Amino acid sequence: MLSLFSFGQSFAHGVHPPHHKEQTEDLPIQRVPFVSRYVMPLGQHIGVPAQAVVAVGDSVYRGQLIAKPNGFISTALHSPVSGKVVDIGMHRYVDGSFKAAIEIAADPYSTQQFIDPVTAYGEANRLAAEQMTREQFIDAVQMSGIVGMGGAAFPSHVKYSIPDEQEITDLLVNGAECEPFLTNDHRLMVERPEAVIRGCEILRQQLGAQRVAIGVEENKPESIAQLRQYINPEMPIDVVPLEVKYPQGAEKMLIKSIYNKDLPAGQLPRDIGIAVNNVGTIVALADYFDQGMPLIERIVTLSGPGVEQPANLVVPIGTPIRDVLDFAGGLKKHTREVIMGGPMMGMPIADLDAPVLKGTSGILAFTHKETARPPEYPCIRCARCLEACPYFLNPSRLALLGKARLFDDMQEKYQVMDCVECGACTYACPSNIPIVQLIRTAKDNLRNKKPAKV
Amino acid sequence: MKNKDPKLLVQSAPLLRQNLTTPAAMKEVWIAILPATAAALWYFGLGALLILLTAITGAVLTEWLFTPKDKRRFAISDTSAGLTGLLLGLTLPPGLPLWMAFLGGIVSIGLGKVIWGGLGSNLFNPALLGRAFLLGTFPIAMTTWGAAGGPGDFFQVHSSVFAIPFMQGGVDAVSSATPLGLMKFQHQATALWSLFTGNTAGSIGETSGLLLLLGGMYLLLRRSIDWRIPVAIFVTAGLFSLIVFLTADQPVSSPLTTLFSGGLLLGAFFMATDPVTSPLTPRGCWIFGAGVGFLVVLIRLYGGLPEGVLYAVLLMNAATPLIDRYTQPAIFGRKH
Ligand code: SF4
Ligand code: SF4
Repeated sequence: MLSLFSFGQSFAHGVHPPHHKEQTEDLPIQRVPFVSRYVMPLGQHIGVPAQAVVAVGDSVYRGQLIAKPNGFISTALHSPVSGKVVDIGMHRYVDGSFKAAIEIAADPYSTQQFIDPVTAYGEANRLAAEQMTREQFIDAVQMSGIVGMGGAAFPSHVKYSIPDEQEITDLLVNGAECEPFLTNDHRLMVERPEAVIRGCEILRQQLGAQRVAIGVEENKPESIAQLRQYINPEMPIDVVPLEVKYPQGAEKMLIKSIYNKDLPAGQLPRDIGIAVNNVGTIVALADYFDQGMPLIERIVTLSGPGVEQPANLVVPIGTPIRDVLDFAGGLKKHTREVIMGGPMMGMPIADLDAPVLKGTSGILAFTHKETARPPEYPCIRCARCLEACPYFLNPSRLALLGKARLFDDMQEKYQVMDCVECGACTYACPSNIPIVQLIRTAKDNLRNKKPAKV
Repeated sequence: MKNKDPKLLVQSAPLLRQNLTTPAAMKEVWIAILPATAAALWYFGLGALLILLTAITGAVLTEWLFTPKDKRRFAISDTSAGLTGLLLGLTLPPGLPLWMAFLGGIVSIGLGKVIWGGLGSNLFNPALLGRAFLLGTFPIAMTTWGAAGGPGDFFQVHSSVFAIPFMQGGVDAVSSATPLGLMKFQHQATALWSLFTGNTAGSIGETSGLLLLLGGMYLLLRRSIDWRIPVAIFVTAGLFSLIVFLTADQPVSSPLTTLFSGGLLLGAFFMATDPVTSPLTPRGCWIFGAGVGFLVVLIRLYGGLPEGVLYAVLLMNAATPLIDRYTQPAIFGRKH
């Protein structure tokens, strides 16, 4: 229905969940005070976990390299605080498993002021971003620890390593923020538009792109206005209002909405000359190249019906989730589930002592009202899932085959591997069938069977 | 927070769900069919009410009996069996003996749904399957139409309604011909206005074009049914009958009469759109609707029967798996 009144650009299909951003969209970003203990999992990005370069007992300063990339698809880690390494071992991760991590006790007497390590600790001088060659730039990004901040946490330098024969013409900045509840990107665009623009310019120049488009959903007029105000007319930067629709922020949907191009299955955006980056990533780039600040903190939206005081927070990476919640008054009594990320694609948090990660865009708490499910009914073939799926898959058939565990049919007849697990189908299903869960199981099974595939 | 964690769930995303549930979707259909049902009672009186209730009872009872004990309340709570019974009842003639209506309800659910594996698994529309069974078994009773009365005759029930099972036939003294029958066998047209308001002979629920249209509009506005199916049916049936109307050498129904007579509206809005037995894909819905529209007119004109909606929908039901298979939409990024 909404689409009838929208002037924003868009893609076909998708769903319109209520966006629930009212709770936090007007709250200025606040800083979470430093706590006593930080945990930095070595493998919090996609790819090979980083390799620790500090030992237990070492003193570290805020922003110091504590783990180096272990191979190309891997990235660096830096200490979020000044303090002491107290443990390198297995620590709880959000999903409840144990992962190798470096634990740092904060120095209670430090002001925790961030100073550019070049001036403060005599680290080697960096070139200005403009003077770097592509190779230097990619190395610098890898050593900055920057990853995709939208949630996937894919090392950014890998994305920027464009093969010689390919040419990037367009830089696409993702400020859609289509997940309900989340307002971290919105606040970033409202409060630091100059950093967004600066990051765009750095990256555009380095990639040799001609144009920049910043896609923002229409429900964030303040973001759009702020960005436009800071764009200098000579800059080839465009802010594109997008229809409010989930999953507007999915890479392929964004490309469709903005350039009206279908990215062929199995191809990367760079194959058609586009580089896609989240606004958070763009700002992290600006902060690193201008102030020397590696990725040691990020903005996290704390929201949902189960938190006492919703907020937008700057959180040092590695802060235990419980401490972040406590800062905002803790959880309400009736909270039944806490998730990391958005409510459509986020990950349930199994242990509140697990740390905030580079990819943590939100911490959302839900009560019984949202987590209770009506009973599951049989599929009535109502086709609502088909109309929701932005990839034009057939979730109804996939769910049916998934229940029968006919995984091969799911791939051969219905291309299950093309599913991005956005959950739109499951959101739309009146029979409350766990479609995307069945799809995940099938994809896992297929991957394990044919490790070479996808 | 010194106290322990509240017991946290780790239910995987998405956490949000839209509000509509399957029983709520059924409720929409109940709401939509109510005005036409009320009109049926207005015109056909207590007898119609008894037939509807009997058909519903037969359907719900069958669902109850054939569902495993622990799932019974759950299965009945989605109200789909009751709805099937009501829809079946609406397709029956107002003078039909009650025991036949009851049997129809049993067959609808038993052969139409239960043996396929329950809700969502059946190939044919259960209500229409029940009607097809009755039509095949009791052809005379099923084609004897009482004239429409008014509220004054509410308590005048056709004596045949209370016929004793298997002993008496269903023939009723006050039979009259349906508008389609009049046209087919006597080349006599019925005033469009009568078709519109429902003051004609016919099945209990198919006579009032206006109220069926209203119910259909409600379903369309609430997006409870796929709009493509009724639209395709109307366009195809309208065009086909227009061509025949303009070229035929003997009197045939005008396109408007075609659309407003017989079970076309009831079938287009409430039978053909049954999601379980219609295609999943958008293109499939177009083909399905066009097929129904075409077959309805074809059967009405050239078949031995004056009415064709029943077999048109059942035939297209049978074609649905095939239609689905060949109309899979191209997956994003895989268009050639
Ligand atoms: S989860 Fe997969 S199947 Fe479901 S809507 Fe998203 S892409 Fe389509
Ligand atoms: S939305 Fe649910 S009930 Fe409807 S067709 Fe899809 S899986 Fe079946």
